[in-house]
Amino acid sequence: MKLIKYTGLVIFLIGLAIFTGSIFTGSFSLSPTEIDQYIDEKGYKSEIIADALKKNIATDEALNIFEFSSRVRQAFKHSNDHYDNLIATYDAEKNWDKKGEQYQYKIYGKPHTLSYDLAKRAGSGFVKDNPALMWWLTFGLSIIGALLYILPNVILLGAPGIKNNGIYHKSATNRGWIAWLVLLYLVGFYILLYFKADYVVNWTFILDPISKALNGGEASQWFVYGFLYCVIMTVMAVRMYIKYRHNKYQILRTTSVLFFQIVFAFLIPEIMTSLNMPGYDFKNAFPLDYDFFFEWNIKSLTESGAIGLFILVWGTILTLIIVPLMVYFFGKRWYCSWVCGCGGLAETLGDPYRQHSDKSLNAWKLERWVIHSVLVISVLMTIVTLYCYFSGAESFLGINSQWIKDTYSFLIGAWFAGVIGTGFYPIFGNRVWCRFGCPLAAYLGLVQRFKSRFRITTNGGQCISCGNCSTYCEMGIDVRAYAQKGENIVRSSCVGCGICSAVCPRGVLKLENDNTAGRINPTEVLLGNDVDLMDLVNQK
Amino acid sequence: MEHIVIIGNGISGVTLARHIRKLSDKKITIISAESEYFFSRTALMYVFMGHMTFEHTQPYEHWFWKKNRIDLLKAYVDAIDTDSKTLQLSEGKSLAYDKLIIATGSKPNKFGWPGQDLDGVMGMYHKQDLENLEKYAPNNTICKRAVIVGGGLIGIELAEMLVSRDIPVTFLVRESSFWNGVLPEGESAMINRHILSHHIDLRLSTNLKAIKADENGKVKSVIIEETGEEISCNVVGLTAGVSPNIDFLKSSKIETGKGVKVNRFLETNIADVYAIGDCAEQHEAIGNRRPIEAVWYTGRMMGETLAQTICGNRIQYKPGHWFNSAKFLDIEYQTYGWVHGKKGKPDYEAHFHWKHQDDTKCVTIAYHKDTNVFLGINTFGIRMRHEFFDTVLTEKWNVNKVMTHLSAANFDPEFYKLHEKDIIEKYNRDTGNNLRLSKIKWRSIFA
Repeated sequence: MKLIKYTGLVIFLIGLAIFTGSIFTGSFSLSPTEIDQYIDEKGYKSEIIADALKKNIATDEALNIFEFSSRVRQAFKHSNDHYDNLIATYDAEKNWDKKGEQYQYKIYGKPHTLSYDLAKRAGSGFVKDNPALMWWLTFGLSIIGALLYILPNVILLGAPGIKNNGIYHKSATNRGWIAWLVLLYLVGFYILLYFKADYVVNWTFILDPISKALNGGEASQWFVYGFLYCVIMTVMAVRMYIKYRHNKYQILRTTSVLFFQIVFAFLIPEIMTSLNMPGYDFKNAFPLDYDFFFEWNIKSLTESGAIGLFILVWGTILTLIIVPLMVYFFGKRWYCSWVCGCGGLAETLGDPYRQHSDKSLNAWKLERWVIHSVLVISVLMTIVTLYCYFSGAESFLGINSQWIKDTYSFLIGAWFAGVIGTGFYPIFGNRVWCRFGCPLAAYLGLVQRFKSRFRITTNGGQCISCGNCSTYCEMGIDVRAYAQKGENIVRSSCVGCGICSAVCPRGVLKLENDNTAGRINPTEVLLGNDVDLMDLVNQK
Repeated sequence: MEHIVIIGNGISGVTLARHIRKLSDKKITIISAESEYFFSRTALMYVFMGHMTFEHTQPYEHWFWKKNRIDLLKAYVDAIDTDSKTLQLSEGKSLAYDKLIIATGSKPNKFGWPGQDLDGVMGMYHKQDLENLEKYAPNNTICKRAVIVGGGLIGIELAEMLVSRDIPVTFLVRESSFWNGVLPEGESAMINRHILSHHIDLRLSTNLKAIKADENGKVKSVIIEETGEEISCNVVGLTAGVSPNIDFLKSSKIETGKGVKVNRFLETNIADVYAIGDCAEQHEAIGNRRPIEAVWYTGRMMGETLAQTICGNRIQYKPGHWFNSAKFLDIEYQTYGWVHGKKGKPDYEAHFHWKHQDDTKCVTIAYHKDTNVFLGINTFGIRMRHEFFDTVLTEKWNVNKVMTHLSAANFDPEFYKLHEKDIIEKYNRDTGNNLRLSKIKWRSIFA
């Protein structure tokens, strides 16, 4: 069994190495005709970009992606610098007409995005030519290897039950060197994905056939991410099924997040795209879906006929009515640990790291400041955006609409939710984003704390303060602090994953939806003591 | 300002200190030689098993003590002079008190076995025991086999700890079936099978005769009393119960028996000296409880109670209905009220027993055979609600009524398969009743 496990690990690592190594393969160049065609398609007016690009990338040299990217960016920079210089010159000459003319020649867009577009066309080589084989060598090997590593646990873990043995003895799960390596890899992955997608364009070639089959178009880096997300969640869900096979709540919950990820976040948007509709994730609620009310989205939706209008109405109802109503009945868990994609990854890939959330009081204070600030900022951003959209102004309340959107997308959307949110799993736990950053979680949390039927009930005086619940709370709630006082746990951050209840050795915790009366029940003396004393102390 | 000195920073002493602070402004000092900060003894096993780190066993962050002005003193108390109200600490220091509380807990029993103090022989109670175990049984190369002596709750926890590191375990149990001094036969037998299924070498009706040493004074083997068999091993765990940790009181005027003798107010024979928790011995047992109760929550309750007395509201220690819980490897156990094993079972106590076919869940319900009043329940593998049974016991429900409302007692996580229907059918068959499950939720029953 252990042999199978370690064989699996080796196969997985080979798959991962090929996947990672594939970045460095292939060569990238375009013919002068292709470059002209591209510029024509894009409608660039710059008179020198064509020559610059031809000089830089219409070559017989076998350029790797890094060299290619750098040359493309140089060419665009060269063109833009040229017109910037002209602008400066005409400005100095106070030749306003001439100055104004120059702006049309400038090419906007992030350098790596421009380079990605070209790389997607310019790539050739083994990966591009053999996507099916490459799929098996990367995704295939990794999946098979990971499953071989995971499946023997059915036997190795022994009888069903909580088996957290050795978690704090292993480098991977106790912040050892393996954990740090994983962190570096994940952070690197997200930085490439979000900011340097051109470098990983080879990955998109691997998935081109699948993308074409699903939506008719070639794979983008976001398709790669979506596909990878589903694959990782599926494989790690198998791990969850085995680990918690005695616990039906965990099994149903895992199935639910997996379903919503694959069907709602991945398949439906892809199919919608293939039908010429705007691809939309029907479960992704604003303000987690922070760009829902951005001009471009509203514009695209209003231009998409009935379905676009439906999405606009649905998205609004989802946030204003469905989400809070469901939180009232079931707690925010219905979203955060049963439906949400971020939660889904946290509960599958992130499960081995759940113990690393900080339980200190200071962390709780920080959490409340940060997450509620993000909520306020996201709402503010949306108000500014909507005001500007309807009024045509560029800014509102002194805030520039484009600036706040760009800043939010960069800092919160990319860095916080992605690079930190997932990249930091192995060291800071699997819910960093959900706990400190997610504006939707903050909103749901407020409803859960003040108006909900959900709570975690503690079982009278049975708690022995062992601390398993607090240790394994991914949201950093000191569950024991409540349980040992016989007090129900009512906390805005609780995502209702149910692990505290699962790991409790004495059957003290139960997630429940019930009457709101008596939901919050601070106690001084616990059940089991003298009734007179309980009356005396608890009713004071 | 009155100076309250508490010896022992376990659950009893710490609960007391917290409650005194809530009620008053008195100066509070907690003395412990075991650890700097309060930790949960019950969680030591999870540290060894790698579920947690030692820091996780500490329920309060370090700043808590200073903020609440509870002084922590790491020291060992050598002697107590109650006349001058002074403690003699090791290293020659002394400390004066106005009120003294002894909350020193227990120590593992040793019954004079030859070799019981060898290297590699240990209990599983103190933080130091954990450190010892880590030293002598870090893995199965250094510890090729461990022998555990004593089939109680700590014994089975120690077995689980060692098994988690793949160390072969021989488990010597004096009784003819595991913990059958407490558990009824069916339950005890189920746990026997569960222990065996974890590949633990369970030896029932087996006593330890002696522990033998190698040339370095380390454990080499144990000899079995009944058969004379010699079992080689590197670690011996002594888990044959605990007794009050009160040797340091021998020279004082404080009256002791097995533990520190206290009245119902938790007062000793000396004014301003009290004892709580595992080390306190009631002059007369309370109800069916033992005079010394080495249970986590009774320590806590004594702390809650004594805080009132010390802060001017003198009240008796009156524990409510008996309850307890444990975990036997993978099987959780809870009990509410009294269900007796063969030993000590009163004549009027009748039992209903149900066991699931998977052999990991069972329920035993005790009731008065004449009046049919519900007396208690043992539940294995199914979680039940403390509040439900506490009310049932207070209101002295008829066992039939309890059976009817069994669904309301369930405390398993949502979506778990429910067994109440199965249970009540078995009950009907056994007793000739024709009861049906009520669907009323538990809060509505008592409303």
